[in-house]
Amino acid sequence: MSFEIDITLQQGAFRLDARFTAPAGVTVLFGRSGSGKTTLVNAVAGLVRPQKGLIKIGERVLFDSHSGTMLPPRQRRLGYIFQDGRLFPHLSVRKNLLYGHRLLPAARRTEAFDQIVDMLGLDLLLDRRPAQLSGGERQRVAIGRALLAAPEVLLADEPLTALDMPRKMEILPYFERIRDELKLPILYVSHSAAEVARLATTVVVLDRGRITQVGSAGDVLSDPQVAPTGVRNLSSLLRARLVVQHADGLSELDAGGIALLVPRVSAELGTMVRLRISAHEVILSDRAPTGLSALNVLPGEITGLRTGEGPGALVTLSTAAGPLVARVTQRSARALGLAIGNRSYAIVKSVAIAPEDVGGGG
Amino acid sequence: MLDGTPWFGPAEWTAVRLSVRVAFWAMLTSLPLGIAVAWLLARRDFPGKQVLNGLVHLPLILPPVVTGYLLLLCFGPYGPLGRILEAYGLGLAFRWTGASLAAAIMGFPLMVRSIRLSFELVDPNLEQAAATLGASPLWIFCSVTLPMALPGVIAGAVLAFAKAMGEFGATITFVANIPSETQTLPSAIYSFLQVPDGETAALRLVLVSVAISFAALMVSEALNRRVSRARGRA
Repeated sequence: MSFEIDITLQQGAFRLDARFTAPAGVTVLFGRSGSGKTTLVNAVAGLVRPQKGLIKIGERVLFDSHSGTMLPPRQRRLGYIFQDGRLFPHLSVRKNLLYGHRLLPAARRTEAFDQIVDMLGLDLLLDRRPAQLSGGERQRVAIGRALLAAPEVLLADEPLTALDMPRKMEILPYFERIRDELKLPILYVSHSAAEVARLATTVVVLDRGRITQVGSAGDVLSDPQVAPTGVRNLSSLLRARLVVQHADGLSELDAGGIALLVPRVSAELGTMVRLRISAHEVILSDRAPTGLSALNVLPGEITGLRTGEGPGALVTLSTAAGPLVARVTQRSARALGLAIGNRSYAIVKSVAIAPEDVGGGG
Repeated sequence: MLDGTPWFGPAEWTAVRLSVRVAFWAMLTSLPLGIAVAWLLARRDFPGKQVLNGLVHLPLILPPVVTGYLLLLCFGPYGPLGRILEAYGLGLAFRWTGASLAAAIMGFPLMVRSIRLSFELVDPNLEQAAATLGASPLWIFCSVTLPMALPGVIAGAVLAFAKAMGEFGATITFVANIPSETQTLPSAIYSFLQVPDGETAALRLVLVSVAISFAALMVSEALNRRVSRARGRA
């Protein structure tokens, strides 16, 4: 099921002009706060009305200013997971979960309550009130509540932003499962490169109400022109296969023939994973390094060299694992004689690859 | 111990019972309208909103005798509405139902203010969440807005009841002071104060009046505690 969106929406001084199509899978709306991501999702949900345009999901027209179509939110068959959960404080977890489910006509009440409760690990929470839940539990209930309304599309507006890192790590895999197992299309708002790297099929970059790029996660994250949340988020996205679980807590991945060691990845051997490597965590060397503590070395050929206004330079290396970007100083680039076509070695510390940067294949 | 004793005679009892009946029906019949008006004022923007708001508050500011007189003009036996109601045997003037109407109108601003405030405290984002889950506007109101505003609704109802118990000016102007028909507690107290040696009788009714108001407050507190407990102490 694809998204087709072409809308103009004016809210006070803010103007959103959004036009893109995206295939099935997870479409991440990526941008700074205030760039219009939430407004765009609210327009898809029917909570705000664009001045003109078209919103289509699959073959269903949700909004069309030409024909005057504006489906109310309740007829859009969407599951919306809000940043702040928005559970009903006066209802138990069970009643929260069943709120949308009970409003479905019997024929569409297909999602099994027990199955969703099981998948999200909610069975012990059912009789509690939202006020008695932790932030992570609350978001799990919010996901369950949205799924049980049997949506055709899931909308998620920065569902992890209010959570601390361990909680984020707790919730992220559920979105991967929704993408991979339930095959539900997701429109996901984020300003986190790690979430983009793990989830995105398509990334739509928004900046001040305009779409500046639409592309795959790898393309967008490594492009310094568009990286919307600053150079520190510039990164490469590699795909690798989990091959060995070492006894010392490291997992060995195979990325196009290059062995990479990363902190323990809890998955079955043979699983394809996505791996995000931040550009500023990559060290370059002009020869094969020896006597280093860093465990990962990726040899490659320099295919791009870009200097910006600051002291930094962005080097793109074509390796057997895929393109890899490294952010080094211009001084180092000169000292090493880096030039397009030269051979270079990218060095990455294992511990620089945080667990939140490794996710399911998708 | 009370009934028939010289301390508290049947006439006093009649006034107490009548007052409770008048106040109860005043509160009950105005509650749906109070909820509707409070919701409109809290959640909707429409032309004339300030006019509606002003009308609702008018009884709070007008001298009660003016409100009573206006009621008499409208609902009296020769008033435009009174004539129609009288034709169906539903006339209000000089009946206890008229006392209820006067009490309801006088308590209405207090009721609406309390309920409106509690509606305004319900996060509209929760209503949006309910909409995305497939709920119709009416169901959102019944399943989210109203239950969450319940403490304020209870408070508004109790306030209106207490106000109705104590209403005097508009009532006596509109429906006079007829024993066992329109002689509510305040009217009875007033009557006792008009006759020699009536002060002790008046004082007894004053005590009863205080006791009933206090009991109403206790009930509302207890209901409120139950609601908050059910909500799981945020």
